Amino acid sequence: MATTETMTINMGPQHPSTHGVLRLVLELDGEVVVKAVPHIGFLHRGIEKLSEHRTYHQVLPLTDRLDYLAPMHNNLAYVLAVEKLLGITDLIPERAQVVRVMLAELTRIKSHLVWLACHALDIGAMTVFIYCFRERERIMDIYEKVSGARMTSNYFRVGGLSADLPDGLEKEIRTFAEEMPRHIDTYEGLLTGNKIWQKRIQGVGVISAEDAIDLGVSGPSLRGCGVNWDLRRDNPYSGYENYDFEVSVQEGGDTWARYLVRLKEMRESCKIVRQALDRLQPGPILADAPKICLPPKKDVVNTIEGLIHHFKIISEGFKPEAGEIYQSVENPKGEVGFYIVSDGSARPYRMKIRPASFINLQALPKMCEGSLIADVVAVIGTLDIVLGEIDR
Amino acid sequence: MSVESVVENLKGKFSASVLEVAEFRGETTVVVKKEDVVAICTYLKKEEGFNFLSDLCGVDYLGKSPRFMVVYHLYNIKTHERLRLKVPVEEKSPQVDTVSGVWATANWHERECWDLMGISFNNHPDLRRILMPEDWQGHPLRKDYPLQGPGREPYQGRLS
Repeated sequence: MATTETMTINMGPQHPSTHGVLRLVLELDGEVVVKAVPHIGFLHRGIEKLSEHRTYHQVLPLTDRLDYLAPMHNNLAYVLAVEKLLGITDLIPERAQVVRVMLAELTRIKSHLVWLACHALDIGAMTVFIYCFRERERIMDIYEKVSGARMTSNYFRVGGLSADLPDGLEKEIRTFAEEMPRHIDTYEGLLTGNKIWQKRIQGVGVISAEDAIDLGVSGPSLRGCGVNWDLRRDNPYSGYENYDFEVSVQEGGDTWARYLVRLKEMRESCKIVRQALDRLQPGPILADAPKICLPPKKDVVNTIEGLIHHFKIISEGFKPEAGEIYQSVENPKGEVGFYIVSDGSARPYRMKIRPASFINLQALPKMCEGSLIADVVAVIGTLDIVLGEIDR
Repeated sequence: MSVESVVENLKGKFSASVLEVAEFRGETTVVVKKEDVVAICTYLKKEEGFNFLSDLCGVDYLGKSPRFMVVYHLYNIKTHERLRLKVPVEEKSPQVDTVSGVWATANWHERECWDLMGISFNNHPDLRRILMPEDWQGHPLRKDYPLQGPGREPYQGRLS
């Protein structure tokens, strides 16, 4: 008599469509996934532990290495958290706020481009990958011009920015923000009406709004379930309340809905970048808080106060009063937050990062159990995970 | 409904469990007894609309008693309000009841808290290590765990 039994197979950690070092143990009944168990931690670097041994300024470069596709958002969440802890949120100059918003939105486009490129490539659409990376390269150039680095920007500072924008960059960003919607039209032309694309992602990886909220899913993945929630609008930071943009929401809860949400988000981000450019006025880029912000180099070499402040901040750091705060931002992946406990010393007593990808990944078994094994690849792509952030 | 009224309701309902209420930088923290944490979380979710658990983590206050705090960051998606719950945990029995029955998202958060901080969660459906290897000894985020890792010379240079 014929008997049937399930088969357990290993997907990853070197599988090309697991976007890094994710390992999934899949229990299969024929081609149907019965159970999916994610195994993570291959990229664990102990960033939370390391940050307890560094001054507040020294923690900033570590945050670049979390979600390395959106480093500026991690920087932003961290500096906002420290500014809140210090109580200097209101001192941040207007120009610094506007530049932060502008770069954060460019980063959102950059991150979504990698998502779209890899998602499409996983499913078999090679051309989109090439086009997306072409546009992403232009944002990388902008990154390089503002911060000197393509990936690990480390550009924002507690109190403002590390340097002003270089000359002529505003024009380049404006050109990009004006051209980008046309490129999004191209991607849509290649994918949205494409029957293969539709068949591969419509009705795949469905999750209901209740389940998604229960599992803590945030960001575009939650808005694809019809939940109208965006931290930029609902708990504004960095002056997001002054910008006119629409929160992109879709009903359905499937991979298709999340695809539409992210495409519209890119268009809205272009809108915000253009508004930020209109608002950009010359002015200071660092808060008037000499005990916290590093002084400009010319003050360090010309004035005794500048030299002392520089020396004190570098050798000792600054000491926020004892207390605890939580600050989160709307990262391209979801809510990224920093919980910082200060004991009054120059180093964080405890720093907990709320990683959006880590929590979104928890919904993966729910989304792919009962579906075909080929759909697991689509679900990993649609969750838009970054292992650097998951493993920290 | 503001956070203040939520705290008032909480004090009325669980007067014996609310140990302390603190305000810092516009954020409200409520310290509650660990025996009632599941009841309080269920109440906050069902009656006060805190349907989203943003974050859950442990903090090690080495040298103080109680040594650990488990911190819950609650969020209300309708009113966009945040509330922080803290639960003191003694060193000699580092365990709390799981809230994964209240918010499913707590499952991985609690696994992480167990893995890195060594606080175990009673009735948890799947309490395994999550970031560290399965056979790892010790809990790295504890304050008495060396930064360089076990079995290695402490770092001799300056840390900052």
